[in-house]
Parts: sequence; C-alpha cells; structure tokens
Amino acid sequence: MARFVVRRLLLLVPILLGVSVLLFVWVRALPGTPAQAILGERATPAAIERFNRQYGLTRPIHVQYWAYMKTTMRGDLGTSVASRRPVTTEIKERFPATVELAFAAMAFALLVGLPLGFFAAKRYGQAFDHSSLFLSLIGISIPVFFLAIILKYVFSVKLGWLPSIGRQDVLIDAEHPTGFYVLDGIVTRNWAAAWDAVQHLILPAIALGSIPLAIIARVTRASTLDVQSEDYVRTARAKGLAPRIVDRRHVLRNALLPVTTIIGLQVGILLGGAVLTETVFAIPGMGSWLKEAIFNHDYPVLQGGILFLAFVFVMVNLLVDIAYGFINPRIRVS
Amino acid sequence: MGKGLKIMLALVAIALVATTAAFATANRSHASDTLVLGSEGDPVLLDGALVSDGPSLRVISQMWEGLVGLKPGTTKVVPALATSWTTSKDGLQWTFNLRKGVTFHDGTTMDAKSVCYNFNRQYTLPANLQGENTNYYWFTVFGGYAKPATGNPGPDKSLYHGCKIVNPSTARIILNRPSSSFLAALALSNFGIASPDALVKYKADAATIGSDGVIRPLGTFATEHPIGTGPFKLESWRIGDKLVLARYDKYWGTKAKLKRVIIRPITDSTARLQALQSGELDGMNLLSPQDVPTVAGNSSLKVLSRPAFNIGYVGINQKIGPLSNLKVRQAVAYGLDRKAVIGAFYGGRGQVANQFLPPLVEGYAAKGVPEYPYDPEKAKTLLKEAGQTLPVTLEFWYPTDRPRGYMPDPPRNFQAFAASLEKSGFKIVPHPAPWRGGYVAGVQSGKAALYLFGWTGDFGDPANFLNVHFGAENTQFGFNNAALFKLLQQADAESNLDKRTLLYQQASIDVMKLLPMVPYANNRPALAFKKNVKGYIPSPVEIEPLNLVSVE
Repeated sequence: MARFVVRRLLLLVPILLGVSVLLFVWVRALPGTPAQAILGERATPAAIERFNRQYGLTRPIHVQYWAYMKTTMRGDLGTSVASRRPVTTEIKERFPATVELAFAAMAFALLVGLPLGFFAAKRYGQAFDHSSLFLSLIGISIPVFFLAIILKYVFSVKLGWLPSIGRQDVLIDAEHPTGFYVLDGIVTRNWAAAWDAVQHLILPAIALGSIPLAIIARVTRASTLDVQSEDYVRTARAKGLAPRIVDRRHVLRNALLPVTTIIGLQVGILLGGAVLTETVFAIPGMGSWLKEAIFNHDYPVLQGGILFLAFVFVMVNLLVDIAYGFINPRIRVS
Repeated sequence: MGKGLKIMLALVAIALVATTAAFATANRSHASDTLVLGSEGDPVLLDGALVSDGPSLRVISQMWEGLVGLKPGTTKVVPALATSWTTSKDGLQWTFNLRKGVTFHDGTTMDAKSVCYNFNRQYTLPANLQGENTNYYWFTVFGGYAKPATGNPGPDKSLYHGCKIVNPSTARIILNRPSSSFLAALALSNFGIASPDALVKYKADAATIGSDGVIRPLGTFATEHPIGTGPFKLESWRIGDKLVLARYDKYWGTKAKLKRVIIRPITDSTARLQALQSGELDGMNLLSPQDVPTVAGNSSLKVLSRPAFNIGYVGINQKIGPLSNLKVRQAVAYGLDRKAVIGAFYGGRGQVANQFLPPLVEGYAAKGVPEYPYDPEKAKTLLKEAGQTLPVTLEFWYPTDRPRGYMPDPPRNFQAFAASLEKSGFKIVPHPAPWRGGYVAGVQSGKAALYLFGWTGDFGDPANFLNVHFGAENTQFGFNNAALFKLLQQADAESNLDKRTLLYQQASIDVMKLLPMVPYANNRPALAFKKNVKGYIPSPVEIEPLNLVSVE
C-alpha cells in the first residue's frame, strides 16, 4: 500500500509539470496580451511596448517559462491583476467556498441518487423505474445555470424561502476561522450563522448536484441489476435469508463498488469549481474566480489557480483509489 | 411499495415540511438604517491614487472628499473641503480657502498641510506606482512626476508645480501652465484628501512589483484603513462577500441618514436582479436594457436613470484608403442610419448624438452643428464627386463582446450600420474581434478603417472629451489638424468661463465639419431600486453620494 501511494505521489511531478507547460502556452495563446490586461484598456501602444520590454515578455517563451517556474517553485504563484493580491491568498479564501459547495452538492446527489437508483433496480421495468430514468435524463440534460435561475425564481423571488446569492446573510456578523461557513458557525457556536450558511447552500447544491445525482442514480441502478443476478445472491436467497438482509449484505454492498469510483471522479470535477453555479449564486469560489480571470486576462490567476486545481484533482483521485482498496481488498492485492 | 421506499418517502416529506416551516418565518428584508447595494464587482483597492475603476471609486467617494465636489446629479463643480478659491491673473496659482473644523475618521484635523501632503504624495510617488497603469488619473490630468521612473514624464511635462501652505486653512496649488479643466478634475475622488497620518502609518506607498509586472501593495491603507473626511468610513471588507461602510458621526456636512451601507459584489446581472427581486438587495447598479421592463412592471421596484454622459461613435481612420477625402467621410456620415439603430437597440434609453460632446457638458453647441441625416442618395453623389467608383470597399471593425454603456449591443449595431452603408454606395468588409482580444489594440494602433467605439466622461469638462481625442495627433483617427489642436489648447487655457464655453462650442462644431468620427448615441444607464429607497440621485459620472439616501 505504501509503495502504491509513494509511486502515485511521484507521478504527481510529471503531471504537474505537463499541466504547467500547457497552461503557460495556453494563457499566452489567448487573444490579447498580458500587458494589455495589466495596463487597462486605455493604455497606449507605446506603454504596452514599454511594459513588454520591462518585464521580458519579448523574450523567447522557454526563457519566460523558466523564470515563471523558478518563482512557482518557491511557492509564489504571482499576483492577481484584478485584485492586486497574491494568488495564494485568494486560493486560501476561495477554495473553502468551492469545497463546501462541492460536498453539499455531492451529499444531495448521494442522498437522492443512491436510493433512486437502488429502488429503480428493485422495481425493474415498473413505473418507478421508468420515472427515475426519466428524472435522471432531465438531470443530465438540463443546463445547470438554467436550473439555477428557475430554482432561484421559485424559491427566492416568488416564495422568499431561501436566499439567492452569497454564502451568508450580510447582516450576520460571523467569524470565519476555517473559511467553511457551516463549520465556522459550529466551531464558534454561532448557530444562527451556521443555519444561515446551510440555507445559502441549499439551492446551489441542488443545482450543482443535479448532474452527479443523475449519474449516480444510473450507475447504482445498473450495478444493482448486475449484482442481483449473481450466483451468490441467488444462493443467499435460496438458503432462505430474509430479502432485506440479502439486499443489505449482498446486493447493496457489492453494487456500491463501481459507484465509489464515480463519486471520486465527480468530487474531483466538483472541486474544480462550478463556474456557472458559483457565478449565478454569486459565491466567491474557484469557479467564478477563474471565469472572471478569463474575462480580465488575469493570467497569474489562470496559471496559478488551474495548476492548484490540477494538484487537487490528482490528490482526490489518489484518495479515491486508496479508499477503493479498503472497500475492495482485491484491488489492493493486484 | 417496499418498506424501505416508504420510510424514505416519509422522511423526505417530513424534511420538506420542516424546512418549509423554518424558511417561511425567515425574513429577507432588514432594518431601515441599512442599505444593501449590488455592485458589478469588488473594488480593486480603496486608495484614490491607485485606481481608476467604477466599483473602487464609488466606494472611495463615500469616504474621501476633494477640495471641490459635484452638485448631486450634475457635473457642476461646487465647494467641498474648500469653501472658496481664487486664481492668479496668469492662471498659475490657485488659492483654496479650506473649511474649518473638519476631521478625518482617525480624529486628526484636515488642514492646508494635509492638502499639500496629498498632492505631493502623488507627484512624488515611488517609481513602481507611477504611470497610467496604477496612477491613471494623476498621469492623465497632471502628466508628470518629481522623480519619474524610466519612460514616465518628469517635472518638465507636469501640469503640477507644487503646493504651498499659506496658513493652516489656506492652501495654494501652483501650476506650470494655465488650465481651466484642472478645477473640474479636482472633483474626482482620485484627488480626495486622505489622512496623512494614516497614509504613513498604514504604508500606503509600500508595494512590490512581481516578475509578472503586477503591483502588490504591502501596507493595509488601501484595504483596511482608507481614512478620509467623508460621511462614511470603512467598517470591514471581505473580498467576494461584502464591503461595509459605517456612518461617520463627526462628519462636517449632511450626516448620513443610514447607519450602514453594505455593498455586495455580484458580477452576473441576472443574479443581481433576482437578489433585488427577492429582497436581498435594496438597489443595484448596471441594470441591463432588456431587464428595464421587468423592473418597471414590478410594483415594489423602480428604475432610475443616470443622465447621458457618454458618446458612442463610428470612428474613421483618415490614414486608410479614400477616407482622407472629406467627401468620402461625409458620405459615411450620410450613409449611417443612426436613428434606426438608436430606436432598435437602446431600449428607449438612447438619443441620437449630433456632436461629440453630450448635451449636459459645457461647450455643447445647441446650434450651428452640421447635420448628416440618413440619405443614401446624397452619400452616393458625394462618393461620385470624390471621384470614387461605386461601391467603395471599406473594412468595418466591431467588438464581439463587452457591451458598453454607450453601446449595449455592438454586433447588432454593426449589422444595422453595415446594411445602411451598403445601400449608400459602400461595400462593407466585417472585421469582428473580442474587445480585449485585439479589438481595442487594433483600433488604437490605427488598423481599423471604420469602427465602433465610444467614451464615458471621467469628469464634467469638455477637455475630457474633446482634448483627449482631438487635442493632438491620434493614431486611432489618423487625424492631424493644427488649427483644431490650437483651438482646443486655447480653450483649455482660457480661464474666463464664458469665453471658454464659446471656444469649446466652436471646437465641437469644427469637429463635426472635419468628421474624424460620426457620433451616434448618448445613452442613459439604468439602475434599479426598491421603491422605499429615497434620495438616491443618479449622477452622470456614475458616482452617487449615499449620505443623502434613506430607506423608508
């Protein structure tokens, strides 16, 4: 196990190097130049040229990349053009928002998706099965931002039950030691703040969770169907075990194995920042930040932010693989 | 139905009922001493010397005041920290009599020393903070530094010469050459007077510049302690979440009616509108033209309009092809169906512009301006008179993104103009480009023959419109006219206001005779508020004083 983890960690180095090269080239291939982004739209061509010469942007790209790598290795991801703050500071502030939203969305997707898929398989071919398939089809095909706007229209604008923007009500003065607002409320025993943060998560989590929900429901259904017809399930039934026990001990446990991989992948994707959900709900997370960075040509943010997300994605997948090993000992051996 | 399914459905039902009951009691409106505004973004920094963007300046202007200010809702200069001022005969010495008994938010006294400190601060900024990149307005208005960094203009180019403390309540600003737009420029929040103690204590001028060329402030002045004399002071700022302003109780003027103002950054305009509809906001900036009917039709909301202080125009580059010929430019002017474009794409908020100055700017010429009504036949005749064979082929640039205040829908403006020009003897070659992805750079470096462009005024002075564009040779227009350059210089130097107005009216008319561009739109940007918000007076410069606002 230890060797497996070490090998995977070593693999991080070439992956991140590759990502950094791609990012560096991609950011420079975007229309518009860094100089224009920094100097603003009223900058004169002369000022842009002066800037390019001053900061070595006229040097060959490999020389520029080397200079960039040297500062990155020191843990300095540069300064945001838009906010003039270090990229690392912004990541520290924004990543918790994205993590909180990703977990809320995943919790919603699991709470609804798993039972939906499992019971659909149990009622294979019946009305419940058909309607759950139909629901998951909608879940996959409806654009997230559209769902978000509809949810907000119904639950915020018309009914007034839930907030439509942000992570916390502006009139609540809460401390944020961790940056995870729900957790902050609990840690500081500010229950009103924690409950308020939960309310702010509900609509975005439903909007963002709609896609993993649909995928999880479908995979659960398919794998439950598979497992149900396995020999060991038939044997268990034949020896007279109660159907509930067969379902719990034999069907569900084995059916969940492929779902674990899906969950891991989806968490990785969700942690990448939900560009649309975060923008529509005005949540200051990684997704809305990177979207703004593209609009502003904020290239230190694009380089630093995406490199960080690549690191997170690889780490999450590593954790999923390790977890999978615990759930399914066969994988560990091989 | 299985037992498990039944239990699950029951649980879901209970959860729904419970949460519904809990939310139904939640009240999304708030106390009437607090105003919550939705802004299109976070400020960059809260230091007038280092910013030029709207979200920053709107907040700074609540905390800082200049020697002069603007009468709410206009571009008229009125006394602020200075109660009166006089000019020497040569127009070089401006003596300001300061208001007495004014204190900064940190308790220190505002006096002539603090005024001179602030002007000298910008004049002697450290090298890495100089230039149009960080210090845009000083660079634009005063144009020089005491110790310029490489490539920056020095004292010889500077309008500012120095500042003299005559006595504690009198400060004198000395210029290197006469300028009458100087006073209007002083109303910019960028030249507000901040507490010198705070500037030093919180290291306002300490900054590093990374290998990527981006400036990173090291002190906390611009993020936590932007101390001025204004009706509000900064309480807290959490980027991406909220910025809280609190009333300054020792303010010398009209004390704020509100106890707190909370500004939330919401980049998406639909999200801003929904938050206003749900009651989470009391007001919002930048309402899209297509959302105006939604707000107008809502009984608890209202639409406010800022006076038009912008100009959208079709630029013409005289260095390209036949456009050096005045008759060809006139044909372009006659070939643009401006009325149809304003009628179709401005949501009833635009008006056809007949000159470069918007109507509320001093120097706007009410009569004598050459008019170019849409007339395809006349355009063709002019082209033939110019010796051209029809159709005349021209490349027309337009931006594919970034609607501006003066141009809510660039691609459709282009399509309509291209169609009317093609009826008028031209053949149009479209050249679309993303605003920041080559459009602005292409236009400014003189590559575009015809192009959609515009300008929103920084301060209420004709110099900020005419001198900026037509006061010197400009690659964007490929335009060089010594007589007009001289007239505009003369107008800016004139200290007699009536004479000055006449000179600018003449310049505005001359520009329309020379046609370096064809103006077409003055647009009124829209804001949306709850009906119970009173006293918000929309400003042409898009910065409104919040001490006059109340929530009833």
